[in-house]
Parts: sequence; C-alpha cells; structure tokens
Amino acid sequence: MTSRSQPSSLWEYANPVRFMRLSDWLLPVVALGAVVLTAIGLIWGFFLTPDDFRQGSTVKIIFLHVPSALMAINAWIMMLVASLIWLIRRHHVSALAAKAAAPIGAVMTLIALFTGAVWGQPMWGTWWAWDPRLPSFLILFLFYLGYIALWSAIDDADTAADLTSVLCLVGSVFALLSRYAAFFWSQGLHQGASLSLQPGTRMDWAYKAPLYVAMAGFVLIFVALLLAGTRTEIRARRMKALIARERMQA
Amino acid sequence: MMPDLGRYALEVSAAYVGSLAMLAALVGWVWWRGLRTRRALEAVEMRAKRQ
Repeated sequence: MTSRSQPSSLWEYANPVRFMRLSDWLLPVVALGAVVLTAIGLIWGFFLTPDDFRQGSTVKIIFLHVPSALMAINAWIMMLVASLIWLIRRHHVSALAAKAAAPIGAVMTLIALFTGAVWGQPMWGTWWAWDPRLPSFLILFLFYLGYIALWSAIDDADTAADLTSVLCLVGSVFALLSRYAAFFWSQGLHQGASLSLQPGTRMDWAYKAPLYVAMAGFVLIFVALLLAGTRTEIRARRMKALIARERMQA
Repeated sequence: MMPDLGRYALEVSAAYVGSLAMLAALVGWVWWRGLRTRRALEAVEMRAKRQ
C-alpha cells in the first residue's frame, strides 16, 4: 500500500496537480544541470579542443550541430509518444507536453540547419545540398511549424490535441528519415553517424568527451524547457476553464 | 583566451553566436510566456474567489 504523496504508478503524473508538484522541485534541478553541462561542453569544445587536420577549426561547430540535431529528432519522438498516450489514454498532460515540446524542437531543428549550413559552406563549398538528410531535416522543421500552427488554429483543446496527434504520427516518418536518411541512401554530401558503437570508432576522444557533455546538456535544456512549457500549458488550460465558467455564470 | 580559429574564424564564431542567440531567445520566450500566464491565472483565480 502506498501513501497519497507517493504515486504508485507513472500514470499518476498525468494528474496536473501531481505533475505541477513534481515539476516544481524538478525544474530548478534540471535547469541547473542544463546550464552547467551545456556550459562545460561548449567551453571545452570551443576553447580546449584542437583543430582537425582536415576541417580546421570548423570541427568546433560539431559541439552545437550534433546535440541540436539529436534533440530536433528526439523532441519529435517524445511528441510522438505523448501523442500516442493522448490518443489511447486521453491524459491531458501528455497532450500539453507534446504542445510544449514543439517550439523547443523547432528551435533545435533550426540550430541544426543553421550550424550545418555554416559548416557546409567552407567544407562542402555550399550552404545547402539536396542530399537526403538535409531536405528531410528541412521538412521536419516545416512539420514543427505546421504542428504549432495547427494547435493555434483550433479553439477546442481536445480537438486540437486529436488533430495535432495525427499530424505528429505522420511527421514521425520524417523524424525517422532525418535520423536514418544517410543510411537509407548511401549518397549525398552528409556523412554517416558522427558517433558509433561500432569498433574502430571514427572520432577521437579529444572531441568525443566534450561532445557527450554538450549532448547531455542539450538533453537537459530540452527537459527543463519542456517542464516549464508544460507547466505554462497546464496553467493556460486552467485559466481557459475558469474564464469559460465565468462566462457561463454571467 | 580566444583560440586561434584561423581562416574559419568567421564561420565558427557565427555558428556559436547564432546558435546561442537562438537558444537564449527560446529560453527567454518560454520564461516570459510562463510568467505572463501565471500572472494572468492568478488574476482570474482572484476574480473567481471574489465571486
């Protein structure tokens, strides 16, 4: 038997009150971790890593590009899971969490596209190439914009959650395509995975260590902003309900 | 303290400045929206209590 203050199941956090209580103390901890790890990863990567023998100092862009690309895809995957939970179990917090994740994922995608272009110009001789991975990332970005626009366009929150969840399912194809495009089509300028579990790894630890720290930092940035955004969405939903009640009473 | 970025100094600096600016704008927007919504909810709750 569990006490009232200790949830016996993960689903109990679908209760907005429980979620607000949990995120109240979790948010500052995660935010602090995000700032510390991101600062360490980026300062280490920018100031303390040597130039690459081929890429020169542009190798330092990897400490922004890989973590942001990682979160661009994983934010959509998180939205997919939250959307499925909404569609199957109708938990409002999961739909609101998916809504809160979208702007974060969109900015992460934009950073990945921007840093990729800035790196590509001196290395490939072009800002942009129609190779498989780059357009799939651009389409993912457009899906993020469409998802955000759809939420804003529909007044009824449950209908908006239903329709955006379906859009999220469709967009997942491009999220996965962005991740695996380089494997599906062995063509184009974009190289394969920068990090691999395969033996004979292609990246030296001088780069890999700060990259892992920066990636952990970006994951925590996402979680912190997601918690903050979901709290805002829960408050906005409550406010809407109170205003609707006021209007009915008037 | 600034590392010698050689001939790619502009690209590397632009990548860092641009990305950090986008991150800062995102954090600022999330924080501002949270603050605005919290204040608005407090006002609505106060109004509801008075009624």
